[in-house]
Amino acid sequence: MSNKYVGQRVKRTEDPRLIKGLAHYVDDIGLPGTLHVAFVRSVYAHAKITGIDTSAALAMPGVVAIYTGAEVADKIGPVPCAGALPDLKVPDHRVLAKDKVYFLGHPIAAVVATDRYVARDACDQIIVDFEELPVVTDVEEAAKGGPVIHDAWTDNIAYRLTSGEGDIEAAFSAADRVVKQRVLHQRLAPIAMEPRGVLARYYPGEQELTLWSSTQIPHLMRTQVALMIGIPENKLRVITPEVGGGFGSKLNVYAEEALLGWISMQLGKPVKWIETRRENMQATIHGRGQVGDVEIAFKNDGTLTGLRYSVFADLGAYHQLLTPAIPTLTGLMLSGAYKIPAIQMNITACFTNKMATDAYRGAGRPEATYVVERALDLVAADLGMDAAEVRRKNFPAPSEFPFHTATGLDYDSGDYEAALDKAQQIAGYAKLREDQRKAREEGRLIGIGISTYVEICALGPSQAMPAGGWESATVRIEPTGKVTVLTGASPHGQGQETSFAQIAADELGVDLNDVTVIHGDTGVVQYGIGTFGSRATAVGGTAVFVAIQKLKEKADKIAAHMLKAGASRLSFEGGKYSLEQAAAAAATTGVSDPVVPVGEAPAGALPEPQTDGKSSITIQEIALAAHIAKDLPPDTEPGLSATYFFEPKNFTFPFGTHIAVVEIDRETGDIEFLRYVAVDDCGRVINPLLVDGQIHGGIVQSIGQALFEEVVYNEDGQLITGTLMDYALPRASHIPRFELDRTETPSPVNPLGVKGVGEAGTIGATPAIVGAVIDALAPFGVKHLDMPIKPENVWRIINNG
Amino acid sequence: MIPAQFDYQAPATLEEAVALLAGDPDGARVLAGGHSLIPAMKLRLAQPQLLVDIARIKSLAYIREEGDQILIGATTTHYQLESSDLLKNICPLLPACAGNIGDVQVRNKGTIGGSLAHSDPAGDWPAAALALSAELVLTGPNGERTVKADSFFIDLLTTDIKPGEILREIRIKKPSGRFGQAYQKVPHPASGYAVVGIAVHLSLNADGSCSAAGIGVTGVSTKAFRAQGVESALTGATLDDQTIPAAAAKVCDGINPTTDLYASADYRRHLAEVHTRRAIKAALASAK
Repeated sequence: MSNKYVGQRVKRTEDPRLIKGLAHYVDDIGLPGTLHVAFVRSVYAHAKITGIDTSAALAMPGVVAIYTGAEVADKIGPVPCAGALPDLKVPDHRVLAKDKVYFLGHPIAAVVATDRYVARDACDQIIVDFEELPVVTDVEEAAKGGPVIHDAWTDNIAYRLTSGEGDIEAAFSAADRVVKQRVLHQRLAPIAMEPRGVLARYYPGEQELTLWSSTQIPHLMRTQVALMIGIPENKLRVITPEVGGGFGSKLNVYAEEALLGWISMQLGKPVKWIETRRENMQATIHGRGQVGDVEIAFKNDGTLTGLRYSVFADLGAYHQLLTPAIPTLTGLMLSGAYKIPAIQMNITACFTNKMATDAYRGAGRPEATYVVERALDLVAADLGMDAAEVRRKNFPAPSEFPFHTATGLDYDSGDYEAALDKAQQIAGYAKLREDQRKAREEGRLIGIGISTYVEICALGPSQAMPAGGWESATVRIEPTGKVTVLTGASPHGQGQETSFAQIAADELGVDLNDVTVIHGDTGVVQYGIGTFGSRATAVGGTAVFVAIQKLKEKADKIAAHMLKAGASRLSFEGGKYSLEQAAAAAATTGVSDPVVPVGEAPAGALPEPQTDGKSSITIQEIALAAHIAKDLPPDTEPGLSATYFFEPKNFTFPFGTHIAVVEIDRETGDIEFLRYVAVDDCGRVINPLLVDGQIHGGIVQSIGQALFEEVVYNEDGQLITGTLMDYALPRASHIPRFELDRTETPSPVNPLGVKGVGEAGTIGATPAIVGAVIDALAPFGVKHLDMPIKPENVWRIINNG
Repeated sequence: MIPAQFDYQAPATLEEAVALLAGDPDGARVLAGGHSLIPAMKLRLAQPQLLVDIARIKSLAYIREEGDQILIGATTTHYQLESSDLLKNICPLLPACAGNIGDVQVRNKGTIGGSLAHSDPAGDWPAAALALSAELVLTGPNGERTVKADSFFIDLLTTDIKPGEILREIRIKKPSGRFGQAYQKVPHPASGYAVVGIAVHLSLNADGSCSAAGIGVTGVSTKAFRAQGVESALTGATLDDQTIPAAAAKVCDGINPTTDLYASADYRRHLAEVHTRRAIKAALASAK
């Protein structure tokens, strides 16, 4: 591979259309005669529905139909849950509530009208009689019993699970010391900039249904929705137009997606629903939501011997696609970047009268990293060791990889010390500590927080996934030499239209502008799994890479035939096949011109490549010859395309070191960043600009979790943070300058050597920020604080001593 | 996030606007920048029958000097106030306050009159209007009247504007002699509204002592208020490290601060005191 593009800071080819407002999201797609859907949602967290009167709404001009749970719940299959765990309780969650609601925002009825305004007005005219039921919102109350949410069972415990390896009891009894801490991971709302939205169009003649949906998983959604509403899977086409972010919240199959498809089939007309921000806060999945106790056992010299985490996981009222699986991901990553001989995770996962939790950027791994990094800080504090040194002491050496953890994983590659060294060097760590000491003498409160994280990416081997962990790609070169890449990954903001084009352009020696990456349309793209779990490049990019190798095998043969190479060898360089003796000359010519230049396209027939007497030929000329097919080697299929489904053998394990430096205003408790240094290792880097962007965004969301964000329900299950006036997303003014750098440790799991970077920021940054605030407050004896750390909490600590 | 149905009128003159309001004094609402009213309508917390859009009345947006007064038209945007060289020169508290409101988009659309008339308990302008002893000119079917800021803010989202009246102009006495001004704000991390906002105007004697003080406080209570305890403690005093904190400590005298998810009453009271002190010091430092 030449590296004309890979490794370069290529600007995103997606951006001009996004910046100019020319991109098409679901709501930008208008079909003639479209009807609009609005939902009546529960205003109670737990109640019986004793009656629904839709007559006044139905009488309103413009109202076309109203569907209630009683009418549709049994005609559409339950909302799917792919999390398979032993003895898992799976509530029969229907697309509309039938006789009971169990969370605020639970959809009760769907109104179809000629415009959005009428649909919304009609919702106010539907009278729902409720009989309120006792509510349980606290996960530990739910674990104890509390009001039972689902009548099928006698308690609210969805599952219990113990996992881990090593003799945990021996590890704790042999330790010199043990520290224990209760740790909270508050609920967060993913808040993609574009809320969810669905447009459904059914053609009764063709019996074909097309769903445009803002989703991360078009193919999985097609399969699931087809099963839910009973349409043959190959009569359902799912298109994800531009998707304005997901952060995991669109890694799902929602009630509204199936219901809109079904309504369009009933009415034979297009129907559209665009989620409002209020609905987005109430009825799109939330993330995190764990509270647990971590215990860590260690020797007097700081060597770790065991870790136990017993956690209550707040699943919410029912399961969305991966709800029960998320806490298990936490269990997998409890070894962090450290050698810990024995680890045990005890999960008690409970139903509460709240929206379901599920994957939010990091999905279970930020929880693990936070637990482990907080525990390491506590070990350091207990021993009076430096936070960096206690970490360094427990790293596996680069020679110990693949490194087996007591959580059952085999980390692929790593050099954790190199990332820590680099981050400390950039931060000027020794001087920072000295500055901190002096500042404390002056009464200033400066804190330094360190996180040396490992995450699990490139999800994943199919053995470890509920429904396939591979990814697919088709690469073809069109007759005009343009390269089309069809990826089963479904990027939604990450920039793979650019990075996959970089891979293809380098591998094929063509211009970046000659490559178009197509994704997110089940009618066009072969089956794929989707974009989540920092997998798109490591798994989907690898599929593109290998498909290109297959394509080139065929191109090799055609080139040899056309150049009449006989026994002489061909070289491929800069997009050109050359007879060996001509290779040196060909290499200097670089990228070839397009086969058919714009404006010179011949009428009727395509030009035939002229190779007589030539010693070289471009791969784009070969594509033309392969399509014209008049002079191909014997037994060669016409056309030039290849498809590959890549099944990874393992996950990948990116890592890094984040260092945050904060200063606290003694009078107000305000927290200000002084520095933020991050050294991330995501394996080989295809596009440093995209990697930096992912790190930036992830750190920003970590700042949100550490300092501002929390989904708050009151004891009645009412959502207190139901708008963006109450739910605090981080803003530009909250963000420090980031000092970023990298180490590059290639992954042996895929030929590109890439690991993934989509979630690193949300995983690595939170503990560094929280650690910095706690370190700043160390003079007050503070060892731990729960997130979000608000100025008032800090002020109270300073004032109460 | 879809409002209930409403009618919309965009009169060309203030007189037409007054007439439209008079036609439906209970159901009609004045729309200016729309940055408070429209969010409330989208949540269906407000469901007016008729919106009378005065933002199109060109003659209502101005900043000018007239005699010893500064006159500001009600539909002057936050951005126009923030960027006014005239105000930066003669009354810098106004641009300072404006620059603390929301974000650029909000400041480009939102208006000073809309903010004052809405009387959000955490809005920024009420604090500045109180600190500067502004006068508010209201036009209604029975003509015009002028209300002092002190008696304008009545309670949560409630002002002295009577049904049918429109806030037309804000009048501020041009600061003279030696004076200093400052606005200190703790913005709520989600809404950007003031958790605490302190507007300070100090008139200073030749010897540096304070001849008069105006302290407007927002975000702390159900309505913006003048911290009269602070004002009287400052007036006549030499401003130093003893007198300023002692005065600032009186900022919440007689006030029961609000509690919300972000800040308890105790913390708000504390923040008000700290930022009053800081604002007084900043005002003093800015005095020429």
